[in-house]
Amino acid sequence: MDFSFTEEQTLLRNTVQSLLADKYDFDTRRKVVKTADGWRPEMWAQFAELGLLAAPFSEELGGLGGGAIENMIVMEEFGRHLVVEPYIETVVIAGGFLREGGSKEQQEAHIPGIVGGETVWAFAYAEPQGRYNLADLKTTAKKDGAGYTINGYKAVVLGAPWAQKLIVTARSAGGQRDRDGVSVFIVDKSAAGVSTRDYPTVDGRRASEITFENVKVGADALIGVEGKGLPLVEKITDEAIAALSAEAIGCMKELNAATVEYCKTRKQFGVPIGKFQVLQHRMVDMFMAYEQSVSMTYMVNLKLGESDVERTKAAAGAKVQIGKAGRFVGQQAVQLHGGMGMTDELNVGHYFKRLTMIDTQFGNVDHQLKRYSEAA
Amino acid sequence: MDMSFSPEELAFRDEVREFIANNYPQELKGGRRTRGEMSKEDILKWHRILYKKGWVVPHWPVEYGGTGWTITQRYIWNEENARAETSPLLPFGLSMVGPVIYTFGNEEQKKRFLPGILSADDWWCQGYSEPGAGSDLASLRTKAVREGDHYIVNGGKTWTTLAQFADWMFCLVRTDPNAKAQEGISFLLIDMKTPGITVRPIITMDGSHEVNEVFLEDVKVPAENLIGEENKGWTYAKFLLGNERSGIAGVARSKKAIERLKKIAAAELVDGEPLMKTDEFARKVAELEIDLSALEVTELRTLAAESRGRGPGPEASILKIKGTEIQQRITELTMEAVGNYAFVQAPRMEVTGNEFTPGPDYAPGVSQDYFNMRKTSIYGGSNEIQHNIIAKMVLGL
Repeated sequence: MDFSFTEEQTLLRNTVQSLLADKYDFDTRRKVVKTADGWRPEMWAQFAELGLLAAPFSEELGGLGGGAIENMIVMEEFGRHLVVEPYIETVVIAGGFLREGGSKEQQEAHIPGIVGGETVWAFAYAEPQGRYNLADLKTTAKKDGAGYTINGYKAVVLGAPWAQKLIVTARSAGGQRDRDGVSVFIVDKSAAGVSTRDYPTVDGRRASEITFENVKVGADALIGVEGKGLPLVEKITDEAIAALSAEAIGCMKELNAATVEYCKTRKQFGVPIGKFQVLQHRMVDMFMAYEQSVSMTYMVNLKLGESDVERTKAAAGAKVQIGKAGRFVGQQAVQLHGGMGMTDELNVGHYFKRLTMIDTQFGNVDHQLKRYSEAA
Repeated sequence: MDMSFSPEELAFRDEVREFIANNYPQELKGGRRTRGEMSKEDILKWHRILYKKGWVVPHWPVEYGGTGWTITQRYIWNEENARAETSPLLPFGLSMVGPVIYTFGNEEQKKRFLPGILSADDWWCQGYSEPGAGSDLASLRTKAVREGDHYIVNGGKTWTTLAQFADWMFCLVRTDPNAKAQEGISFLLIDMKTPGITVRPIITMDGSHEVNEVFLEDVKVPAENLIGEENKGWTYAKFLLGNERSGIAGVARSKKAIERLKKIAAAELVDGEPLMKTDEFARKVAELEIDLSALEVTELRTLAAESRGRGPGPEASILKIKGTEIQQRITELTMEAVGNYAFVQAPRMEVTGNEFTPGPDYAPGVSQDYFNMRKTSIYGGSNEIQHNIIAKMVLGL
């Protein structure tokens, strides 16, 4: 039993911390998300330069030999600074699909671009009718000579405006919600027949609606086995959930610290409002919600390699915990900051908005509770 | 005990329902934009129509422009407005400063200010909170010093709703710096065009501009704009806050919002079935509806007590706490209902007409509504303060 980090992991955390402290203060972030692009490619280049984008890949894949714990460290620090750059989409998800399901050729073709910061990826999986069901797909992939033709519509593809490449789920066989018949493809965003409409999200990011109209891809675009992609999709989204949990604890950590500090300094009725017992107990509950979330985040990141059932329970459980805790901590941090908590000027509302969206991303509390109880 | 409407009340309901259907401006219909997004003229349209009809202040005494309706008729009126989703009238003149002026103002002040409130020619804002005086309102520091027939006002107000449009501000100021907190406060009416007043927008996290900071620097206010007696302002302020709380339950509008939530949840799919048919979601909506039913009857009981001459007492704090919790929960479940499209940010300001908002047309803005509604448990006396009021005034703790 050991919950301590290795020297390399501590070094990684320190590297991320000092970069973000220097380049990712709240005011800078606030300005960046309001620009037309909404992110900083030069920041992405710095992540690459410092090795963050290589952290979770094995050395033979050109990485630094880390794994889930390295993703967790990076994402926790990213959460503390509300980083918008698409680490989860590119490194955790696209990197995960390539590592776990990609052929040697695919890995050699694509991982260097991720590690080097040259290629940004997005994950086009959700569809309007599908909600959080990863298998509910109307997008189709029809065998076409050696390759495939893809048709369909993907909703709320986070980070897609910044991406050059997409991981796309499509149905190559079976009925709309069958577990069998799901395939995973690499698609160039610039391919003929791909059209995107971009828009801002409430948590300061960008997303696209993407239409695929007779998009032709080669046989080398298929990741894994045709029609057998769903277990892979589930595994990689669980890895994304593990990283997202780390981002959430970063957000909660900052909110709790800000709230305690505010209640120590804000005076009403002649005393700091932190002297009122009702607020003290509220902050204790916020603290406990955070600690329980840290525990679930560690657990899911340690269990990603276990059996499908164990991994599903860990990921669904962590997502439920951070969903509930994020809601409580976010709402109460705003409440205890009073009117100030409502403003765009203070960071509190921005953490609250991000935590709210983290609950939605990859399925909210209700969805994950159902998933957990079906797996258990 | 009887909770049903009489035939006369039902006839009244039909009459007002028909009036609303025939007179509510077509172009505002179905709108659920927040006030932070509407133009000044749009916000005032319905007010002006009701003013012409003589129905703008059903809750005022007849001599000042009230309709003479019973409490039940007023309840029906509110219900019908919510049912038709009319845009709520601004409370600052009609429900806040108006009653203070006709209750505590002199004849001159009534003649001068009430007509502009009724006609909406004057837009009022509320100068209560300050950066250092929120929940502890009585600690306010904006000071007014009497110089001849004027007061010179210095200080600043914050969270001032829609001050960007205001012609007048009713303002709590400290006139006796040596008195105990509540005792040195006065209630002044300030013309927003007076030199020395600066309004600075505060943008809230949902991206809208509803609230402002108001800076007052050597603002010269004629002494005749003092309401009642100097240093007795706290009495008038408390009277006003009592009125504010009683209107805050928002039952009728919450009913309408739950209807909308159910429609959205019926259109959204989970594994091919309507979300509204799933156990988890149906239970959450049922709980919310039951909470609202309880609040509705609690409000009716309060109104009944009021009609027997017992004004809204500290029990009104129940309406504020439960009413705002329900409003917040409705926006939360509505956001939850739209699934992934909760991510979509609807343009709130500086709309150019080119913005693309994806998903079903009910989706854009639902998360922003949820974020925006977090204010309700903070404003009008935070819900923590309302708990204190009940503990002290009702339970005697």
